[in-house]
Amino acid sequence: MNGVFRAVKVTDYVYWVGAVDWTLRDFHGYSTSRGTTYNAYLILADKIVLVDTVKSPFKQEMLARIASVTNPENITYIISNHSEMDHSGCLPEMIEMVKPEKVFASAMGVKALHEHFHMGGGITAVRDGETLSLGNMTLRFFETKMLHWPDSMVTYLPEQAVLFSQDAFGMHLASSERFDDEISEDILVREAAKYYANIVMPFSPIVTKTLEKIRNLNVPIHMIAADHGPIWRKGIGKILELYAKWAKHHPTKKAVILYDTMWQSTAKMARAIAEGIMAEGAQAKVMALSASHRSDVATEVLDAGALVVGSPTMNNNLFPTVADVLCYLRGLKPGNLIGAAFGSYGWSGEAVEQIESILKEMKVDLVGKGISVRYVPTDEALAQCASLGRLVAEQLKQRCDKPQQE
Amino acid sequence: MKKYKCMLCEYVYDPAVGDPDNGVPPGTAFEDLPSDWVCPLCGASKDDFEPAD
Repeated sequence: MNGVFRAVKVTDYVYWVGAVDWTLRDFHGYSTSRGTTYNAYLILADKIVLVDTVKSPFKQEMLARIASVTNPENITYIISNHSEMDHSGCLPEMIEMVKPEKVFASAMGVKALHEHFHMGGGITAVRDGETLSLGNMTLRFFETKMLHWPDSMVTYLPEQAVLFSQDAFGMHLASSERFDDEISEDILVREAAKYYANIVMPFSPIVTKTLEKIRNLNVPIHMIAADHGPIWRKGIGKILELYAKWAKHHPTKKAVILYDTMWQSTAKMARAIAEGIMAEGAQAKVMALSASHRSDVATEVLDAGALVVGSPTMNNNLFPTVADVLCYLRGLKPGNLIGAAFGSYGWSGEAVEQIESILKEMKVDLVGKGISVRYVPTDEALAQCASLGRLVAEQLKQRCDKPQQE
Repeated sequence: MKKYKCMLCEYVYDPAVGDPDNGVPPGTAFEDLPSDWVCPLCGASKDDFEPAD
């Protein structure tokens, strides 16, 4: 692979030496229809530094890219900003091959790396705000605990104004282009939103605090070099603004209606609810789970104001696909939602109550009583569903027209 | 004695239980935890805790 796979210049002293994963379609339950990249970076200061590595199968690609600018054995320091194995995958092998003077991670990172790779010692903990001299340049480390793991930290190179942000501000997007301005904005926003919804959303309060911390540092940032997707250089303001917005979970006039169905009865109810929402002037996004992946549902919920969930009852329980998505959404902690439950059932009908119980756990404000219908809904039952839809839309409009609290 | 919740990862410190794996015996109030004590799950400092309701 040497000679063919080459590094890409980011600044005069920083090179991208990562890997493009064109074929990945599932990332631990997140559907990655556009593949992804694992970004690793080389800093060619007086001391040569490798920032993060790549997922283990891509080691040769990374090594070839490194070799196109310097012998990998010249690497003096390796930084691990995040210990998840899409970034730490080759770390033990790189340490073995390159024999760096030091390997750095946060204190929680040192612990996590040992619990992944059981290597014994050899990793130096850095603290929040600590600096590291590279001779003609310096690195500054900032812990970003629970954004999105306990070990997470970011690294700033002041002399080139580059922020190595590991997963923050990243997205799953395989591309031949390496920079944000080379890619269509629609795709960037869509994939950045999907990434936020599925990976960052539960930690939104920490995002708000971290953005403030970055602002208060008052340092120039010309590049945000994340560990997945393109490097931000023209759209830095844009991505920071989007993160600030997404972290606030302000309600919108959009209702996501997610459901599954055994014989189209729950489906008919879903569509009637949608008609009611639309009649009252709000937006309905109907997501049948036979046609929607949980990670795309999460993306729609990110900027929704209402979550309306429908399920048949099978063997006294929620339909399994609905249970899957609700379990997933519960972990993502979406905020400021109103909601309701509905479903067709045969004889016992526990699903609606089970949905309401989960929605309450998620702090979703339930509007109106859940609607349960035996077998195939009558016109009256569908009219009741449409009324529920109108009620949801009315409440959404009221919430959105209220002045927002910051 | 009040329970305290980690604002980063929602771990709840229960004084009745303490944090024995990290040398804190049961019956230790949150206020009496050493200043360098961190959340056993995510490493957050005492500053990142608030009273649990």
